[in-house]
Amino acid sequence: MTPIARGAWTVEALVTAGAWLLAILWVLPLAYAVWTAFHPGEYSTRFALDAPLTLQNFRNAWAAAPFARYFANTVALVTLVLAVQLVLGTLAGYAFARYEFAGRDIAFWLVLVQLMITPDILIVENYDTMSRLGLVDTVPAIGLPYMASAFGIFLLRQTFKTVPRELEEAARVEGASGLQILWKVYVPLAKPVYVAWGLVSVSFQWNNFLWPLVITNSVESRPLTVGLQVFSSTDQGIDWSIICAATLLTAAPLLVAFLIFQRQFVQSFMRAGIR
Amino acid sequence: MNRFQANIHGWLLLLPAAVLLVAFTHFPAVATLWQSFFSTGKPNRPAVFVGLENYRTLIEDDVFWQSLWNNVWYAVGTIPVSIALALVMALAVNRGLRGRAFLRMAYFTPTVLPMIAVANIWLFFFTPQYGLLEQATGLFGLPSHNWLGSPSTALVCVIAVAVWKEAGFFMIFYLAALQQIPPVYAEAAAVEGAGRWYYFRRIVFPLLMPTTLFVLVNAVINSFRLVDHIFVMTRGGPDNASSLVLFYLYEVGFKFWDTAYAAALTMVLLAALASIAIAQFALLEKRTHYR
Repeated sequence: MTPIARGAWTVEALVTAGAWLLAILWVLPLAYAVWTAFHPGEYSTRFALDAPLTLQNFRNAWAAAPFARYFANTVALVTLVLAVQLVLGTLAGYAFARYEFAGRDIAFWLVLVQLMITPDILIVENYDTMSRLGLVDTVPAIGLPYMASAFGIFLLRQTFKTVPRELEEAARVEGASGLQILWKVYVPLAKPVYVAWGLVSVSFQWNNFLWPLVITNSVESRPLTVGLQVFSSTDQGIDWSIICAATLLTAAPLLVAFLIFQRQFVQSFMRAGIR
Repeated sequence: MNRFQANIHGWLLLLPAAVLLVAFTHFPAVATLWQSFFSTGKPNRPAVFVGLENYRTLIEDDVFWQSLWNNVWYAVGTIPVSIALALVMALAVNRGLRGRAFLRMAYFTPTVLPMIAVANIWLFFFTPQYGLLEQATGLFGLPSHNWLGSPSTALVCVIAVAVWKEAGFFMIFYLAALQQIPPVYAEAAAVEGAGRWYYFRRIVFPLLMPTTLFVLVNAVINSFRLVDHIFVMTRGGPDNASSLVLFYLYEVGFKFWDTAYAAALTMVLLAALASIAIAQFALLEKRTHYR
């Protein structure tokens, strides 16, 4: 080996080692939680290879708090928000991409404002609005501020703009109306973008915490994240094994989906980020 | 389709989204300003106009100033580190190193996990005596230290968790940008005998500049928004050492129920975000990277 080649090889080895070290550091917390959740309490700080595996921590956690209800609430929230977001975003994105209407540019800028001033910041006023509407402590109230998504509208506008006009004109010649064209021409062509946006939206709503914490105050409406916080902050006698089990339960559906559909997740986040 | 029809159709399509956006973004932003000039109403004492009184309270409020400074340090601690790590991660994954799929998964996993859930894990990591960190430092014979319980280290722990959570997310943007750099550049550089580092510094890094700006803006916004883990790890303590503006806003608004003062605090956040927006506009006006 020439000296230069040997030097390059050393650099390469260092880079690989560094990348792996970083990766191990990054999975360590999660790996640790898995260890603790699947082993009896006395092994939570003792790493013995012969530690017996158990599901008891999950059973205890499930019995200690109404997690089934929390799951149902989160699933309802995520579905509701996604469904409304997709419909409203499609209509608005189409309007911005293909209609010349008065005030369009100003309206578009006003939509983009939400990218910067997100609903997380406006919790005080939005709480007032919800109490005036009599919606405090309901699942729709958690979702309402997020249902019109500037991010989604923007994403779809960019996508719809790339659809060739000829396709639209061909459909128009056949007598299709504006909405029919949207449904038959534009929506099918934007499928990957919908998948991308859907994944980003579901992860966001599933993980959202501050606004749900503010607007809910009963088991009937609390999503998982808030339920987990209530569960682990009320005196559990600091049983780490059970808290770890509950933590994994909360994250499990997204985590499992991510591990199975890794490529799609990463590519979706990439697609959503590029535009 | 004539102009009139286009106007009607355009606005009808936009209407549902516009109503919700106005109701939950534009109206509350303006209403916050309005409300910040009034006192907090009580059942027996309705809200009255107090002018700038809430802002006077703000200026004299030590906890607010501390939260604001903490927020500045939080930003300074989180942004450069998470962006630098994100770039390193993206370069590693993009290079096709051995085990690349595992690396990508490891870096990205924190992004899909709920912050509130991972904060529980990190809480135990930092716990005195039993925690992993204590056990590790104990191995080296270092003295015991209450990481979350000391004013000097609580904020650092909060920053560490934020970096861990965000770096993999920002990596995605760099990864996307790296994959758009034509391979001929690398070939040309190799033919000219340019080293790896030189190629990165003079070609890759400048090409990534728009991405860096985009990520930077996101990171700055996040440094005001990302407070979930504080609820679990420190609750702003000890002695407000890890309180951030949004966390303090929550406490004022929903624990002390002083909504008028909370409105003034919201205005501080809105002003900060508005200045970021203006700065971004000035910086990116000519670039159409993601518009």
